[in-house]
Amino acid sequence: MKPAPFSYERPRDIASAMSVMTGAEGMVKIIAGGQSLGPMLNLRLVAPDTILDITGIAELKRAGIDGSELTLGACVTHADIEDGRVPDITRGAMQRVASNIAYRAIRNRGTLGGSLSHADPSADWVSSLTALGASLSLRSATGTRRVAMKDFILGALESVIEAGEMLEAVHIPVMSPSARWGYVKSCRKTGEFAHAIGAVLIDPDAGKARIVIGAVEAAPIIVEQTDELFGGRIDGVFASRFDARVADRLLAQAGMTDATDRHIHVAVLRKAIAEAA
Amino acid sequence: MRNERDIAPASPASRQGVGARVPRKEDDRLMRGRGQFVGDIRLAGLQDVAFVRSPLAHARIKGIHIPERYLDVVFTAEHLVGIKPIRAVTSLVGFKVSDQPILATGKVRQVGELIAMCVAPTRAEAEDIAASVTLDLEELPAVYDMRKALEPGAPLVHEHWGDNVFLESFFETNIDSAFDAPIKVTREISTARQCMSPLEGRGVVATYDHRLDQLTLYSGSQMPHIVRNGLSDCLEMDQGQIRIVSPDVGGGFGHKGILLPEEVCLSWLTMKRGFPVRWIEDRREHLTAAANCREHFYKITVYADRDGTLRGIDCEALVDSGAYSSYPFSACLEAAQVVSILPGPYKMPAYRCRTFSVATNKCPILPYRGVARTGVCFALELMLDLVAVEAGLEPGTVRLRNLPGPEQMPFDNITKKHFDSGDYPEAMRRALKQIDIDAIRARQRKGEDDGRLIGVGMSIYCEQAAHGTSVYSGWGIPMVPGHEQATARMTPDGGLELRVGVHSHGQGMETTMAQVANELLGIDITKIRLVHGDTTMTPYSTGTWGSRAMVMAGGAVATACHELAERAKKIGAKLLQVDEADVVLVDGEIRGPNGSVTLKEIAHTWYRRPQDLPGDVDPAGLEATSGYKPKRDTGTFSYAAHAVTVAIDPDLGDVEILDYVIVEDGGTLVNPMIVDGQIYGGLAQGIGTALYEEMPFDRAGQPLNTTLADYLLPGPNEVPEPWLDHMETPSPYTKFGVKGIGEGGAIAPPAAIGNAINDALRGLGAEMLHSPITPKRIVEAILAARKAERPAA
Repeated sequence: MKPAPFSYERPRDIASAMSVMTGAEGMVKIIAGGQSLGPMLNLRLVAPDTILDITGIAELKRAGIDGSELTLGACVTHADIEDGRVPDITRGAMQRVASNIAYRAIRNRGTLGGSLSHADPSADWVSSLTALGASLSLRSATGTRRVAMKDFILGALESVIEAGEMLEAVHIPVMSPSARWGYVKSCRKTGEFAHAIGAVLIDPDAGKARIVIGAVEAAPIIVEQTDELFGGRIDGVFASRFDARVADRLLAQAGMTDATDRHIHVAVLRKAIAEAA
Repeated sequence: MRNERDIAPASPASRQGVGARVPRKEDDRLMRGRGQFVGDIRLAGLQDVAFVRSPLAHARIKGIHIPERYLDVVFTAEHLVGIKPIRAVTSLVGFKVSDQPILATGKVRQVGELIAMCVAPTRAEAEDIAASVTLDLEELPAVYDMRKALEPGAPLVHEHWGDNVFLESFFETNIDSAFDAPIKVTREISTARQCMSPLEGRGVVATYDHRLDQLTLYSGSQMPHIVRNGLSDCLEMDQGQIRIVSPDVGGGFGHKGILLPEEVCLSWLTMKRGFPVRWIEDRREHLTAAANCREHFYKITVYADRDGTLRGIDCEALVDSGAYSSYPFSACLEAAQVVSILPGPYKMPAYRCRTFSVATNKCPILPYRGVARTGVCFALELMLDLVAVEAGLEPGTVRLRNLPGPEQMPFDNITKKHFDSGDYPEAMRRALKQIDIDAIRARQRKGEDDGRLIGVGMSIYCEQAAHGTSVYSGWGIPMVPGHEQATARMTPDGGLELRVGVHSHGQGMETTMAQVANELLGIDITKIRLVHGDTTMTPYSTGTWGSRAMVMAGGAVATACHELAERAKKIGAKLLQVDEADVVLVDGEIRGPNGSVTLKEIAHTWYRRPQDLPGDVDPAGLEATSGYKPKRDTGTFSYAAHAVTVAIDPDLGDVEILDYVIVEDGGTLVNPMIVDGQIYGGLAQGIGTALYEEMPFDRAGQPLNTTLADYLLPGPNEVPEPWLDHMETPSPYTKFGVKGIGEGGAIAPPAAIGNAINDALRGLGAEMLHSPITPKRIVEAILAARKAERPAA
């Protein structure tokens, strides 16, 4: 379990990183925390020609609030969020998600941008940031584009990031005072990958919700007609009106054929909604 | 800390002998990261080995293509001229012989089987070379399921056998008398294939010393002398030309109690190439290629009277033995043992059992902590709870009805296992009291606010340990333990060296063997050193397995120290100028009627001032080697009652262990703190078997959980601190009354936890009979029970 040979670059600024990405021969793979890529290299599941380490780029560690939006650089670690070293506008929601990612050793090195770029459907940020309504800046040599989290993940380990593009920053909108947040995952043991995730942001005052069913071995399921889950409307007693049959149908429509898997996902979603209530 | 023992006053500081809770001597280096394991060994010119392993479970080898540039660093079976395969035969009638090739020849029979060996200055480079070797394999249908392996027309692992059965074993007594019992419960019960997963995997460093004309093999092994036997057979070398060194070992559990083809490969390679070579098993190799264990299937019927009295057991069991017979325990020890140990400690008048050791295209099954007992305990103890349900009795009542009482000890059960001592019902009663069964029943009637379901379960096991010549000569495997020997040698400064052929892989023997010597000689344990893990420096031994080291090597150390004490007394009496009959050895000194002389002074005189000794002194000196065997060598029987309370979330299938109680009887405990540690570790592994660990295979024989992200081991959050209670009923047959206690912690938990889960689920009509009991399996069972209750219109 040792990686195949590769060359290694650790630039100090984004421009240099871009020139590595456009100039290097063969396949370039970006590494940030390396908590997923490291094992994949060792297992030789990936064998890039060049590893581009972006952790030396100061801009990618920045964190700040601009108006109603929090921007976190791609190299902000889970532990930075857990320990409150970066600002927050989610009323502690991100801090709680971060503090339950895997184990502390992984949180110390693992990064927000790395986790999203890896696009593992079981990863916490993939579902939680979708429910929080986040968007992402993707940088390439030709410029920067912004993509909403709900459009970012295409499937298991598959996102809209194109060759020559790098996830630069995550933008999280302020959570309104009336919004209710719930995030529940089911893991077989502490710190292991989730096999079901429910992430919900429900605003009974506005009658609106963002509801995400994650860890489905594909892109997370984003519930479009959220009011259907609550018998047609979202109000102060939404939790008591949760309709499990609708959730089950959505999962079946998404291709989850195993009734037990659907049952567990629905139960996790119900718990997330109960937590938000 | 919940255990009263932890807050009780410590034993007096001066007490270091048998029974003292002294801290482990070896922990000073181990806890500071200063242990020396195989992976820490650095030899000049050392090169690393990576293996090309079979990607298929069953295939004919058509070709192995090595790039031109690597022809001198890649070796296949063609190169191993004169090297013999590993062969582990038993004398049991009908056993079919198979050879385990060192490097594959003709066919591969399991994923991960060694095909070629690649050597390079670093492991990464060796893996690059291995990746460049291409294989031309003709895939054959895989034998991936032991039940299907027995069907007519199944593909054959070893064609010349004509079937896939290593061995069929059978026992029957009086089974007809059970058939009219009013209670008859039949179930199919199984345990998953597991991987042992010690913290340290296997590792081998091989080098050749031309001065000594000797191959030195460093290998983390539980049994260096047995490895030497096996290597000598495979390499056809004199035993004197082979030295096995087992340095610090980070857990073994059975995985380090076998001869590896890798050990043979590296021995050959260092002699071929002339430089030291190393192979360190990585986790993927560990999970997919070597350390498999446990996979059992039972179809079992228990007969009982309405009051819970057992009338008989009828069972057919299969063990998936994998492709080859591992050296020295063989492919059939597990299934053959099932026949003899299934009845456990219980009384019953009738019994029938037939088992099959089945060959499949998987790794050879290896004896894992508890060996067959964990599966047997799971099957029988789940069944006893179902008998209790059928009889409308508490599960504890059924057990108490059928356990032998202390007045029946020693007790011979239906398969003639000889239970040496103990009070099994008392262990059960203490466990029930501590778990507070009445309070749990009341809580169950009330229900939980959070909707979870509460269940309580229990199990009893027995652990035959240190079974010797009379037992193993019956199996007739390549290794039969005889007398165990130890050497005790005083140094000129009054210290003591002990030499034993067993090897510590976490048992704390550097401490416990010193405690035994301290008990006899009174020498401070800081002045006692244990020499072990090296064939050139220790007496022959079959090694550390079967919970035998404390009984056997501990007994041998005591015997050697006794001999040494007698010699010291003779010298002391001469120095004191009194009759030998008038001296005693107390607290490290020889005392006569009018004076005393310390052992230290005696050692100094013997070695450095022999001129002070009279001419007629006994010339035997202060070094003694003695042999030991218990008065009866059929084994010690330690046992325990486990009781556990669980809470289950019926929506997610999550199981939380709320309370865990262990009442254990390991005879006289040499160091109760070390025994506690053994039980904690065993419990963790038992929880792994019960709830987490599983190596599934697909229809092509591919192992599916190939990393620790998929193969789940319990961590600190999953293992509660148990409440421990020790009963200490001495064995009548052993020195100090000690019993083997190394494996028990891992035997009972799957059964106790399984029973607790079934107790919790009983109201829903769901029943869990396969380990591990995963959340998904629980939800599946609940949904299936609901569906059965309300059939679709």
